[in-house]
Amino acid sequence: MLAQYWPSLAGGVLIGLACAGYLLLNGRIAGISGIMGRVLAGRPFLPGAALLAGLVAGPGVWRVVAGVWPVVHVQAPWPVLVVAGFLVGFGTRMGSGCTSGHGVMGLARLSPRSLVAVCCFLGTGVLVASLFHLAGWR
Amino acid sequence: MMVLRSIAAFACGLVFSLGLILGGMLDPARVLAFLDLAGVWNPSLLFVLGGAVCVAFAGVRLARHLKRPVLDQAFALPVARQIDAPLVVGSCLFGLGWGMAGFCPGPAVASVGAGVWQGCVFTAAMLAGMLLFERVKPAR
Repeated sequence: MLAQYWPSLAGGVLIGLACAGYLLLNGRIAGISGIMGRVLAGRPFLPGAALLAGLVAGPGVWRVVAGVWPVVHVQAPWPVLVVAGFLVGFGTRMGSGCTSGHGVMGLARLSPRSLVAVCCFLGTGVLVASLFHLAGWR
Repeated sequence: MMVLRSIAAFACGLVFSLGLILGGMLDPARVLAFLDLAGVWNPSLLFVLGGAVCVAFAGVRLARHLKRPVLDQAFALPVARQIDAPLVVGSCLFGLGWGMAGFCPGPAVASVGAGVWQGCVFTAAMLAGMLLFERVKPAR
């Protein structure tokens, strides 16, 4: 029964390796929203932009290796995507991190700040996703 | 050195992206099935996050034994310790958007590489939100 979760665990291990590698090699936190914010603020472009380029290159490499494009099934209509994207962009910068910076690296560093952030975004995420379902919007 | 650092960063981004894909986190439907407790709950993201945190934790412990990172002069790590209103309010706003669409920043950026138009729309709006924050944030 647990066998179906092996790919998820393996995917998590890869993400962890990428974050650990960025820390050990470049001495930085692999936080996607933080890196994007620094690039947008006009602060030194590299090496953050190179990490973002690798992120964008992933699906193409997957296509070559696995033979199929990864599944990206989006249910939300575009106005919801616009509002949600805006909230995610503003919120992650205001809260100094997202699922990678707070969720992976922050928890791995045992940061109380990140634990609070994770509780906040996981809590509201669960609340909104469940309410949207109950309201029949999705 | 910046060339080496950039190559390392590209490799980390690529491995990160492949991890998102393998773990199913690139798929907003899977993410929402995890966040939505009112439907058939899909716990797979717990394994993605759990696996990632455990491996990253080992990396953090290892880094404590290094005087400096392999390719740079010094570690550049967050120093803020205070649990303040921006942390809480910002994270709650982020969760609001995450629960609406099922995208967080990493998968959103990666979905652009998969050529998914919804991912491009989401990412453009996300960039707008980040830019607005740059404009209105209090000086530190």
